[in-house]
Amino acid sequence: MNRFMLFFNKTGSPPWFYRFSGRLLPWIWAVFMILSAAGLYLGLVKAPPDYLQGESVRIMYIHVPSAYMSMMIYALMAAMGFVGLVWHVRIAEILAISSAPIGAMFTALALISGSLWGRPTWGTYWVWDARLTSELVLLFLYLGVIGLYSAYDEPRKAARAAALLALVGLVNLPIIHYSVTWWNTLHQPPSLTSGGSSIDPSMLWPLLVMVVAWKFFYIANLLTRSRYRLLQQDQRKRWVSDALGGVNS
Amino acid sequence: MPHAPFIIATYAITAVLLTWCALAPVIQIRKLKQAILQRNKTMENENAPNA
Repeated sequence: MNRFMLFFNKTGSPPWFYRFSGRLLPWIWAVFMILSAAGLYLGLVKAPPDYLQGESVRIMYIHVPSAYMSMMIYALMAAMGFVGLVWHVRIAEILAISSAPIGAMFTALALISGSLWGRPTWGTYWVWDARLTSELVLLFLYLGVIGLYSAYDEPRKAARAAALLALVGLVNLPIIHYSVTWWNTLHQPPSLTSGGSSIDPSMLWPLLVMVVAWKFFYIANLLTRSRYRLLQQDQRKRWVSDALGGVNS
Repeated sequence: MPHAPFIIATYAITAVLLTWCALAPVIQIRKLKQAILQRNKTMENENAPNA
């Protein structure tokens, strides 16, 4: 067996995943708490107001990480769905479907915070421009994946159907990303690119800290949700009774 | 236009959504564990030989 398949087999073992994630979770939550406290302090206290937007720029420390996470989680959900679809790795299926509510939450947060940022800066809560509309479509895709999964009684079939929809929906990610370049939009063009940043370091650092903090939130939340689905699916199996020998395990 | 209400609303909604998203699966796991343990206990009692 090659090393790739060996890795899949080990991490794909439900008892191993349940034990390993249980040990990891407190540390990931701790890192998230520390990073988000640091990010909030830097963003709300240390960072200066913007010369044009004033204090409303502080919404950026919520909005930009949320929008970034909404797209990153979707890409990961589709990738894990693909692994589940092709190699029938059950943990990958569980990770994919457990990502959907977290991604939906970040997408909703990006839309809400963007709307609240838009009112003082653009003078409106909402416009049907390409960036905002494609982000709204992303929210509907997440809800579609969750809905489709819930429509099936058999979890393996449900995961396959949801993975297919997630893969089809991938087409929306480049549309969201390039919408501000391809079309004339009210939304500003990207400030952070692979070529550099147009944001001052005093504002860039809190932003980056918040992005990393929310990645840890995603990992911790994903593991917790996956552990729940695993317990739910395997509740009549021997390893679950063994693992619950102590109720707090 | 004062910006404070928009900033406060954003951070408050974020706190609520993140807390809900973090706590919901924890509560679900706790309930499921209790249900599994309860069922295991009932099955043990049913299978136990009569004294």
